[in-house]
Amino acid sequence: MTVHRQRLLWALAPVSMFLLALALAGCAPTPQTTLLPKSDYAARIQGLFELILVIAAIVFVVVEGFLIYTAIRFRKRKGQDLPAQSHGSQKLEIAWTFAPVVVLAIITVPTISTIFATQQPAPADALEVKVMAHQWWWEFSYPSLGIVTGNEMHIPVGKTTSLVMKSNDVIHSFWVPQLAGKRDVFPNRETRITFIPDEPGTYLGQCAEFCGLSHANMRFRVVVHTPEDFQAWVKAQKTPSIAPTTELAKKGQQLFFATPPGCTACHTIDGTQAKGLVGPNLTRIGARGTTAAGTLENTPDNMARWLTDPEAVKPGSKMPNLHLSESDISALVAFLESMK
Amino acid sequence: MTTLAAPMRRPVAYTGVWSWITTVDHKRIGILYGASALFFLLVGGIEALLIRTQLAVPGNTLVSSDTYSQLFTMHGTTMIFLFVMPLSAAFFNFMVPLMIGARDVAFPRLNALSYWVFLFGGLFMNSSFFMGGAPDAGWFGYANLTSNQFSPGARIDFWVLGLQVLGLSSLMAALNFIVTILNLRAPGMSMMRMPLFVWMTLITSFLLVFALPVLTVGLTLLLFDRFFGTHFYIPAGGGDPLLWQHLFWIFGHPEVYILILPAMGMVSEVLPTFSRKPLFGYPFVVYSGILIAFLGFGVWAHHMFAVGMGPVADAVFATTTMLIAVPTGVKIFNWIGTMWGGALDFKSPLCFAVGFIGMFIIGGISGVMHASVPLDLQQTDTYFVVAHLHYVLFGGAVFGLFAGIYYWFPKITGRMLNDAWGKVHFWIMFVGANLAFFPMHLLGLDGMPRRIYSYDPSMGWNLWNLVSTVGAFTIALSVLIFVINAITALRRGARAPNDPWDAQTLEWSISSPPPVYNFATIPVVHSRRPFWDEKYPDAAHGKAAHAEPEHHGAIHMPNPSYFPIVIALGILVAVSGLMIHPAVSILGAIIMLIGVYGWSFEPAA
Repeated sequence: MTVHRQRLLWALAPVSMFLLALALAGCAPTPQTTLLPKSDYAARIQGLFELILVIAAIVFVVVEGFLIYTAIRFRKRKGQDLPAQSHGSQKLEIAWTFAPVVVLAIITVPTISTIFATQQPAPADALEVKVMAHQWWWEFSYPSLGIVTGNEMHIPVGKTTSLVMKSNDVIHSFWVPQLAGKRDVFPNRETRITFIPDEPGTYLGQCAEFCGLSHANMRFRVVVHTPEDFQAWVKAQKTPSIAPTTELAKKGQQLFFATPPGCTACHTIDGTQAKGLVGPNLTRIGARGTTAAGTLENTPDNMARWLTDPEAVKPGSKMPNLHLSESDISALVAFLESMK
Repeated sequence: MTTLAAPMRRPVAYTGVWSWITTVDHKRIGILYGASALFFLLVGGIEALLIRTQLAVPGNTLVSSDTYSQLFTMHGTTMIFLFVMPLSAAFFNFMVPLMIGARDVAFPRLNALSYWVFLFGGLFMNSSFFMGGAPDAGWFGYANLTSNQFSPGARIDFWVLGLQVLGLSSLMAALNFIVTILNLRAPGMSMMRMPLFVWMTLITSFLLVFALPVLTVGLTLLLFDRFFGTHFYIPAGGGDPLLWQHLFWIFGHPEVYILILPAMGMVSEVLPTFSRKPLFGYPFVVYSGILIAFLGFGVWAHHMFAVGMGPVADAVFATTTMLIAVPTGVKIFNWIGTMWGGALDFKSPLCFAVGFIGMFIIGGISGVMHASVPLDLQQTDTYFVVAHLHYVLFGGAVFGLFAGIYYWFPKITGRMLNDAWGKVHFWIMFVGANLAFFPMHLLGLDGMPRRIYSYDPSMGWNLWNLVSTVGAFTIALSVLIFVINAITALRRGARAPNDPWDAQTLEWSISSPPPVYNFATIPVVHSRRPFWDEKYPDAAHGKAAHAEPEHHGAIHMPNPSYFPIVIALGILVAVSGLMIHPAVSILGAIIMLIGVYGWSFEPAA
């Protein structure tokens, strides 16, 4: 195999890898993918992406092909005379100045229309969710419903959701790829995202702006419900029930409201004297899919792991290691998991 | 200071540490820059390997989150400010005077000062690793994460002060090269006869002069916030963290062209030589370089689409960003036009130059993709952007720099690199770079954010991360091959002739390595290819360099000087004092003043 044919093969490698990757995308699930939009906003981006990807692929093949052809066709031959000393061509310069202009115009026009289409103000009947970003977790509150929750946003399908976002500390970035493009979240100004989810399901999100030690652990979920399920969720959140049945859970309840450990200094449980505002609101935490800002599945074992050593799960976490005994931890876990 | 009666016979001590410390010879300063840059390449490379090893498998605990933040911050900062920029500066130093037919730069002592300030700045910043940790807020250090509240300790201080010092060095070097190129060209070398590398040096220098002060302002405000309790970026005091982003990227985007234009200049020298043709469309390549530099100042906010500037600003910055693809495309087509119809001699430099074009095209295309704001809102701050910037800065700048290294190594050292091993280096690096960086596009599209030290196995990112890590180590292997090749060449490589590549420009008309005075007689230039015309008079209509009567006589060469390193040391001490005690700063200022005083009264020659 000649060096030049190798060059050709290697130049084709990226293309084939890309095709392979697209093929694999079907088999290996990537739950945070940008390529399977589930809202009007994400679908608009995806439509534009597909157009631009096709144009990019054509430009790639043509220009790389031109380069590779030139490199192979004009390699030095034995005893070759000095090649013709051409200095340039005005016609060619004009041609390859205008060719990119045309291609870019084809990209720019739909780009600008999509920019304006996706940044419209929310309609008056939209469901407003206030997003507050913290180092390193997400707080979601529903002013019209009087609900506050942490790290898991619930919204109804087919209805406009309007996110009004702010940060409690540094700059973060709100990103649920299947529902919307990312938008940075600032401590001193509100930013917004508006979209209509179009399929019930659970979608993964993650902070996308480096925000310190546990940036990687600042994850969350958005659960899109059917309208009936959403009403049921709202109802459940509005009627917090604390009715631990087991002895262990009752012991955990007492412990939760005792000092030490002093859980209520930082956490709220609606309808109780726990009104702390430092950490996530824990109302019905047992019903959440994850704990520790979306980093752990919400199982008793994981909850115990979190309470045993928060720093090991989320470096830099504001949740201190309370050095609780194993029995206290299992009691607290039983209590927390009982709040479904 | 010794006064030299007969400058031609002045004692040029080519040995000894002191001769290097006091040198003001642009060639030796170039070598110092190059050696330091390659050292920092190894530092930044080790950081990259640690990053990639950590990400090779999900949930890895090789390094902690804290260490990981330091690694990616210092990897970016090192590769940009301590490797690519100084390696470009090494070639500016060594080659520009030779290519324009000059005996040195305009301000030789200032040149030495820029080098020492750069070296001390780089060492200062890296010393943080041994003093409680390195900077850890990312290479663009977004406020207000960099405030005392969220980044207590000295880490960010090292970053702020280190970058200020490095900026000072680059600014001095840039002014020096602007004056050198505008004033010291050989007779007959009009602007439009300058080699392309000299043009790109000039444009890069202007970019530095206009862009760096903006960074200086941004850093100064941050320095005030951190040291003196001001609130420029602190919302609680009425400041705005977004101000930092605007200032940083008004510097930061031109910085991208500061990194790539020198490599483009090198490729524009290598392609004609190994095609045995002139550069195709010379004026268009020059003008497109100038246009890229101008437009580069009008696109900064495309780094900030996710902040929500509103649809009008988004649309404007999307359009200006798209526009940059036009002059960039013109350059690429002219490079291919140079090869077209040539007699391509695939020696190592040409392999790297063609590799540069091939990789840069990919980086350019993905750049246009996230110029489209809606796409950017999915791609920014993900591995898609990491892929893009590495295709531009590794596939682009680094491949271009290696083309330059293989091309000019014989001229600089007087020894030939082994060409076969050079090609082995090229192919392994080419494969490694595509293995390392192409999968990052897919990771980004699959939703993997940048700057995460760990990821869950359920995210589906395992395979491509592993492939990328294999690629990173493949690149490291290729660099190792280069290092061995270079050391072997220096120790027992074949002697380099004056003109091993049958090249076209003036630096090849003198011995390898060049004599200390460069040109015994200043050449007279009649075309864009002065040395070629001398060798092929038929093609040059009988005009050739060196055709004028020779003027023998005393050649004034600048004397070595202690004072540049004294002043640089003073700056280092003064800056360190900000973190230690004001008295140390005062001591530094005194050292600096002594240096300036000595410098002022030192005879120039």
